[in-house]
Amino acid sequence: MANRVVVIGGGLAGLAATMKLAELGAPVDMISLTPVKRSHSVCAQGGINSVSDLTRQEGDNEWTHFDDTIYGGDFLQHQPPVKEMSFWAPKVIDLMDRLGVTFNRTPEGFIDRRRFGGTLYRRTAFAGATTGQQLLYALDEQVRRRESEGLVKKYEFWDFLGPMLDDNGRCVGAVAQDMVSMEIRSFPADAVVVATGGCGLVYGRSTMSVFCTGSAASRCFQAGGKYGNAEFIQVHPTAIPGADKLRLMSESARGEGGRVWVPRRPNDSRYPKDIPESERYYFLEERFPKYGNLVPRDIATRQIFNVCVNEGLSVDPTRLCVYLDLTHIPRAELDRKLGGILEIYEKFQGVDPREEPMKIFPAVHYSMGGLWVDYEKSADGGLLPGSPKNQMTNIPGLYAIGECDYQYHGANRLGANSLLSCIFSGLFSAPGIINWMKSNKSVASMSSTIFERAVAKQQDRHKALLSGNGGSENPYLIHQELGDIMTRSATVVRENTQLTEAYAKVLELQERSKRCALSDTGNWSNQNVIFTKSVQDMIPVALTILKGALQRDECRGAHFKEAFAQNSLTAEDPIERRRQAEEWCDDFEKNNKQFLKSSVATFDGTEPDVQYEDVDTSLIPPRPRLYGLVGAEVIEEVWKERSVAKSLDQPKASTSEKQLVSV
Amino acid sequence: MIAATPEVAKERRKPQKINVRILRQDAPGKPQYWERHQVDYEPDMNVISVLQKVAAQSKTSDGSAVAPVSWDCGCLEEVCGSCTMVINGRVRQSCSALVDRLLEQAPEEIELRPMNKFPVVRDLMVDRSRLFRALQRVKAWVPVDGYYDMGAGPKISRDDQERDYPLSQCMSCGCCLDACPQFTKIELQRQPNESEDDLKKRRNEAYDEGFVGPHAISQAMLFNSNPVGKNMADERLEALMAPGGIQACGNAQNCVSVCPKQIPLTTSIARAGRAVTVYALKKIFDR
Ligand SMILES: Cc1cc2nc3c(=O)[nH]c(=O)nc-3n(C[C@H](O)[C@H](O)[C@H](O)COP(=O)(O)OP(=O)(O)OC[C@H]3O[C@@H](n4cnc5c(N)ncnc54)[C@H](O)[C@@H]3O)c2cc1C
Ligand code: SF4
Ligand code: SF4
Ligand code: FES
Repeated sequence: MANRVVVIGGGLAGLAATMKLAELGAPVDMISLTPVKRSHSVCAQGGINSVSDLTRQEGDNEWTHFDDTIYGGDFLQHQPPVKEMSFWAPKVIDLMDRLGVTFNRTPEGFIDRRRFGGTLYRRTAFAGATTGQQLLYALDEQVRRRESEGLVKKYEFWDFLGPMLDDNGRCVGAVAQDMVSMEIRSFPADAVVVATGGCGLVYGRSTMSVFCTGSAASRCFQAGGKYGNAEFIQVHPTAIPGADKLRLMSESARGEGGRVWVPRRPNDSRYPKDIPESERYYFLEERFPKYGNLVPRDIATRQIFNVCVNEGLSVDPTRLCVYLDLTHIPRAELDRKLGGILEIYEKFQGVDPREEPMKIFPAVHYSMGGLWVDYEKSADGGLLPGSPKNQMTNIPGLYAIGECDYQYHGANRLGANSLLSCIFSGLFSAPGIINWMKSNKSVASMSSTIFERAVAKQQDRHKALLSGNGGSENPYLIHQELGDIMTRSATVVRENTQLTEAYAKVLELQERSKRCALSDTGNWSNQNVIFTKSVQDMIPVALTILKGALQRDECRGAHFKEAFAQNSLTAEDPIERRRQAEEWCDDFEKNNKQFLKSSVATFDGTEPDVQYEDVDTSLIPPRPRLYGLVGAEVIEEVWKERSVAKSLDQPKASTSEKQLVSV
Repeated sequence: MIAATPEVAKERRKPQKINVRILRQDAPGKPQYWERHQVDYEPDMNVISVLQKVAAQSKTSDGSAVAPVSWDCGCLEEVCGSCTMVINGRVRQSCSALVDRLLEQAPEEIELRPMNKFPVVRDLMVDRSRLFRALQRVKAWVPVDGYYDMGAGPKISRDDQERDYPLSQCMSCGCCLDACPQFTKIELQRQPNESEDDLKKRRNEAYDEGFVGPHAISQAMLFNSNPVGKNMADERLEALMAPGGIQACGNAQNCVSVCPKQIPLTTSIARAGRAVTVYALKKIFDR
């Protein structure tokens, strides 16, 4: 019997891995909560990054893409994997092109590109406003092709319950449950790949799909896998708050002149157009006269959050939001420039944003953290192709790829880089997985008791839940409370007393979640019990996010603590200003010594233990991000002098500051 | 578009409670039955958020505790195709079905039924594996050599991209199939001692004899116009000529009018019809 691989999840990452593994001759079982074609990756609208022939001639190259990604991530990624990804990116786009992705074209027929945040180059390839959907479909089609050849077998509507480990701690397969018949069975495998996406549902509602519970990664975490950089959660400043989901509203609305405001008077219930100019508070324009509504994303996010949460000026008393107003712009102009995204608003809110200001609020959007994975460095500072270590978790034989790994985006992800990291990690890991299987004993020869034991454990959990254990808790309400706690304490602005309280509350929820009374105790297509398990398994991730955030007394990327922010220079006098800049740089270096480290958590069954790991910054030395800071030029000057003095080969520092953008 | 002035619209939509009537079924082969639920009204609700409330309270409007209603959803922004159901008599996505709109049409209650043409798994969940099987039938993929780096694909003109992009947005929701008079339900029960694999095989054989459906015809056209996909054009046309292929289409055009992605299905069907005719003639002359 050939070595089998089990791939959990069929988003971009899982499909890319499956397709490549099948090409290399390995039969694959795919397990997914949903038909893989419906995975969350379909939601991505914006695009996918790579250097192109055109940007190259404008001075771009793979190294610059690499540098942008590292800088955007505030230096918290190991550099070799990111380097490899950046150098692979053009090949990834070429492959997707050959697979038939309907990328937008230039008049001559080349792939068209647009510019995204965090770079000076037009690197982003896109297919209408549905790039993720188009990429996913191309991979899904290839996997369907392999399926019809008999190499791939899909188990859709199956919930992954955990990895199976042998007595030496090697992963020898997975346990999963059919969500229709509720059968629990083992999938013995020589390697298991987890590609289960982000964990937005830990926050209740986010811009993610309902499948993004993070439960699969949590189950690996609870089985002994390490979890890296959990505290880094990207929040997008403008989303449409819905009762069921927070839908993304593209930044281009502000780019085209949209104005953000709230009524000056709290709880002003007048119709927005009846509120006179003088009684409107255009808080971004007033507070940031220079940048106005186009302040960088993290600043916009924090301001909107503060105005609603701390200043009580939310437009809607029941739901936090501010106005994003386009009504002063002529209809025809709006239709021409923003047609597509305004239709989304109209479709889901039933309100015409050309007539009535949109209501928006920041929303959890992306999880930079995830399962800790390894890599093998090559002589040129990239990754060694075919090494079984690439993308392997600390559990031998268990791999993690895509949004559920922690590898590529550090403290913050750049827009249009995630689709890339998903496809790249899927394709790149496959040969290493094949090599892993070659050099290890096949599970086919193993005694079945290991598998039976693993199944029995899951059956016990399942039965205990159905029997209710005499509890009376409602899992839906626990999820709601968890989401509220997490959204209040661990998103945009973080504060230690709040985090400590939140941690204690989530520990309480953990106890309560063990006493759920299910409203469905049947054994046919029981969504209630599946949901309850996923809520229980969100809690270890939630605790890790909170603890990681609590322990990290600094600001880095998406993680912001006012109390530990490095502030602007205040002195007017050049000499004093220079002295302050020196001091600023001292602080920066000191802070990096302590916190330029990935958090790496383990779980003991109740609580996470968060330790730290040095980051490989061997290729690009860390430098400060200085957006919007008064005195940035002086600080940059001082920093450059110091770098030269250290005779490090200093990469070209960005002159015009880069904005972190994600879409 | 909003006809009434916003203030008026706001006034009109403020009921306290929403009544929902749901056609339930506990499992395949079990009888269907109606059940009434009542949930609190909130602004900006869609059918998904109504169902979330229904699941959370698990109580009918007369207060009896029931198992939560099962349904399928994913992206909640009309791009994954999961959440198809029949709402107030019309097959559509429930995530983009706004409560305020539905109440404007019928203020008393919202009626939810599972899709008609697919076997019910439970309540509003149906088994749409046939829809994906049809994609295998028409070989809806580009037959590339492999996944090594071989440089870029061929250049594609803007016109061609603009023709293909709309077709490639098909999210396999199945609305078109549910509305198509020629697409009839195929439901097989597991036989005693039949294994999961055997049932699947028997099911696929039955699916392969039924009408392939407008979505698959449209996908066949998409791949037949791809520069490399073309290399398998004949195989796709063969599939469309076989029983359950294009001749099963009665050209009723129901499909195109319900497609949430406004995919030009009848244009694809017409293209396929012409291609199949040309191909059939060519086969006769080449003989
Ligand atoms: C609204 C939105 C817009 C975005 N736009 C962009 C963009 O323009 N560019 C960009 O680069 N990035 C973008 N992103 C980010 C990007 O879409 C995601 O990071 C990426 O798609 C994740 O892909 P994935 O393969 O890791 O996982 P997913 O696509 O999330 O797939 C996860 C898979 O795992 C399965 N799964 C999960 N849990 C289980 C379980 N317990 N058992 C079995 N199976 C399970 C699911 O069924 C699914 O098949 C966007 C994100 C959002 C939310
Ligand atoms: S045109 Fe053909 S495919 Fe479309 S609804 Fe009519 S019969 Fe069905
Ligand atoms: S063609 Fe339209 S209605 Fe039919 S499955 Fe595709 S998206 Fe749905
Ligand atoms: S939930 Fe994805 S289409 Fe409705």
